[in-house]
Amino acid sequence: MTDVWPQLEPLLAKVAKPARYIGLEDGARTPHHAPDKVAWLLSYPDTYEIGLPNQGLQILYEILNENPHAVAERAYAPWTDLEGLLRDRNIPLFSIDSHRPASAFDLIGFNLSAELTYTNLLNMVDLAGVPVRSAERRPEHPLIVAGGHCTYNPEPIADFLDIVVLGDGEEVITEINEVVRDWKMSGRTDGSRENVLRELSHIVGVYVPSMYDVTYEGADLVAVTPRYSDVPERVEKRTVADLAEFPYPKTQLVPITEVVHDRLNVEVFRGCTRGCRFCQAGMITRPVRERPAEQVRTMVEEGLRRTGYDEVALTSLSTADFSGIEKLVGDIVKSTDDGPPVSVSLPSLRVDAFGVGIATQIQRARRTGLTFAPEAGTWRMRQVINKLILEEDLYSAVEAAYSNGWRRVKLYFLAGLPTETDEDTLGIAELARNCVELGKAHTKSPSVTASVGGFVPKPFTPFQWFGQNTVEELRRKINLLRDDTRKSHGVQVKWHDPKATLVEGIMSRGDRRVGVVIEEVWRQGGTFQEWNERFDLDLWTNAMATHGIDPDWYAYRHRTEHEVLPWDHLSAGLHKDFLWQDWRDALAEVGLPDCRWTPCYDCGACTGYSIEHIVASATPPAGGSQGTGQDLGRSVPVTLLGRAPVVVGS
Amino acid sequence: MRIRVRYSKLGKIRFSSHRDMARCWERALRRAELPVSITEGFSPRPKVHFGLALSTSHESLGEYLDIDLQEPEGSSVDLGTLPERLTPFLPQGVVVEAVSVIERSELSLQEAVTVCTWLIEVPGVSPEQLEIDVRTMLDAATLPVIRERKGKKVADDIRSGIIDLRVIGATPSDAPEQGAVFEAELATQPRSVRPAELLAAFDPPRNEGRVRRTHQWIITDGARREPIPAHATARAPAQAGAR
Repeated sequence: MTDVWPQLEPLLAKVAKPARYIGLEDGARTPHHAPDKVAWLLSYPDTYEIGLPNQGLQILYEILNENPHAVAERAYAPWTDLEGLLRDRNIPLFSIDSHRPASAFDLIGFNLSAELTYTNLLNMVDLAGVPVRSAERRPEHPLIVAGGHCTYNPEPIADFLDIVVLGDGEEVITEINEVVRDWKMSGRTDGSRENVLRELSHIVGVYVPSMYDVTYEGADLVAVTPRYSDVPERVEKRTVADLAEFPYPKTQLVPITEVVHDRLNVEVFRGCTRGCRFCQAGMITRPVRERPAEQVRTMVEEGLRRTGYDEVALTSLSTADFSGIEKLVGDIVKSTDDGPPVSVSLPSLRVDAFGVGIATQIQRARRTGLTFAPEAGTWRMRQVINKLILEEDLYSAVEAAYSNGWRRVKLYFLAGLPTETDEDTLGIAELARNCVELGKAHTKSPSVTASVGGFVPKPFTPFQWFGQNTVEELRRKINLLRDDTRKSHGVQVKWHDPKATLVEGIMSRGDRRVGVVIEEVWRQGGTFQEWNERFDLDLWTNAMATHGIDPDWYAYRHRTEHEVLPWDHLSAGLHKDFLWQDWRDALAEVGLPDCRWTPCYDCGACTGYSIEHIVASATPPAGGSQGTGQDLGRSVPVTLLGRAPVVVGS
Repeated sequence: MRIRVRYSKLGKIRFSSHRDMARCWERALRRAELPVSITEGFSPRPKVHFGLALSTSHESLGEYLDIDLQEPEGSSVDLGTLPERLTPFLPQGVVVEAVSVIERSELSLQEAVTVCTWLIEVPGVSPEQLEIDVRTMLDAATLPVIRERKGKKVADDIRSGIIDLRVIGATPSDAPEQGAVFEAELATQPRSVRPAELLAAFDPPRNEGRVRRTHQWIITDGARREPIPAHATARAPAQAGAR
């Protein structure tokens, strides 16, 4: 297959940031295509800058390229300027490794981390020259696959996907590869597409939407059932039991041009059992599986040497909870002492003096700002969301930050949480003001920024039954907060316009009927909707009106206990009655300690898969952590995925 | 100890920006474990001084940067093998061509270089037509252009910055778009003339095809020399069209 480089080359001088289309990263593999190798185009439905650092895609890229039966390349969404030029000249979507047309691959795999990228997925499939609807594809078309956190409710995009993968991809990718290889070797004959999809549906962790019938009664969804007896009634997620077996990425890609999270990233553990009820990542990635500290040290040391990066992030949902984190951080700092300066960052900081202690250890110079995520303004509200931070925890953290030389504190909050009252909202302002007061003992003009995001309930969380706040209500709460802090010196309130929360809500918990809205918005040019300057609420509300989709019913309505949820035929390992009980506990303002160090609540994540939490230490980390035998309600460190990471000292 | 490095930048990598290249260099120097001096202060940076910026999408046979090495470790670095040592850590298409030690008292690259030679492809034009364009331009006494500076339109004359223009012939067969090629010597001081401005100043304005910087020149006492003397550590000249 000839590459598109000769046609592409003259266009690149005409577009913004052309370096994102040339590949050439250190760590990129030279692809060797062959008739007996399955060709994967691993794709991210957003720009190169956002998509390249995605660790999931990088891990799969390496695993596939190590497999003698597979070859993998990568693609990202071309920005609108290049897309226009490509469409004018009939140039298809291409891989950035060898600039091969996307339609020349056997599978196009997408990582879905944000609902607002769905229209980009459709756009990329279309740019590849592939029909956007699965039903219209023929044997010559690539299979369209998706994985990532959003696929725990893939129903809104079910009609556009051939295969959905739930959970960790490290092992299942090889199983999929073998089935697709048989299909490829047999010549992809007429009618074979249905057969290969049915075959793929037998793999645990693989969901094939077209193998299921959806039944409605009036407006209500009543069942999603397999069309054949050999297709599973419920699709279970995949879980890698031992992270130590997968020290990936081994050669992290080092891009030529600047990207987000542009540093060495080493995953120290997967999963989180803090139990924050708003946090989908913490619920669907259980149980906790730590990487052995020795392996982390090796990956950091070799990674820094190989990439030339001067920054390493120890990633996880709550890195301060890693067993022996103080020693690990100390070892890394010490091992880089005699070389060029290296900074260590933790993507989330625990809200207590212990967390600040670690920050102090790794950030010896340039202490400018620290970020904490208390998430809610009152203790009552924090019990509802199970983010069990006492006010004293926050104050001890802030006190420690200021006394160790930091000058700015940033606090993350959510607005629109279940049972939230104006008192809870105003509690955010109160906390911020008290933090400024604490800072005055240490610095002349302490600054505290409260960053407020609108809450969108997610599948497989206890809040999946909650009817979210309207855009208007969220705006009212933000204004309330803004008015209240207008005269508070040192307090700044920052917020994202909540206009996108309605669309996120509908796609997060929608069913297959929502698909037509996504397609319509895409056809109207609504791409890059997660970019504030490109998001267009009118496009969405018009499309919903055209297709009779009621936003109130999908986003703002509380669900009942026995209602069939669109993702009930999928499983993240969590028992539905556990989630329902946790929802009742939330409404009763009852907190639940971390099960890593306390008895099991039987959420299902361990028992269902016969695995256990893998933690190096049976005792919880030192400091005021919940579950340490101290009062319930000591610090909890989880922050939502997809937020800006806490870079210590930035 | 300060060393000066000449490198080429050809092929796909031409679409990286000057800033991208600076970051690639910083990583390459760390990977090569070269004892580069580090700035003092809260955000320590390697002491690397880049020459004139090369526009994104332009190729070059002669890019330069100066690197300060720590003493005494720097003096034990083998300059003879340094080009081969650095190149593998740089992106494909970037090749270190030569290295030499320079005095710290030497002017910085940005101050010292006053003229650059460019090879410019003009799509959709015959060599004969381009010859007429070039003649007309060289015969003109002034070449007024309007350029935007901080949002304001400023009138400017670029004629004095055009030192010489020579038509070479038709574009090579590997050119993405067929046309004609010419060589241009353009001043970088007191005001630099960019190839894009030059093409826009033709009547009618011409499109920009591939552009390659071939030389940078320092002029002292009327004599012209390249920032690295010819006898410096050198490797075989890079072949054009690397991808």
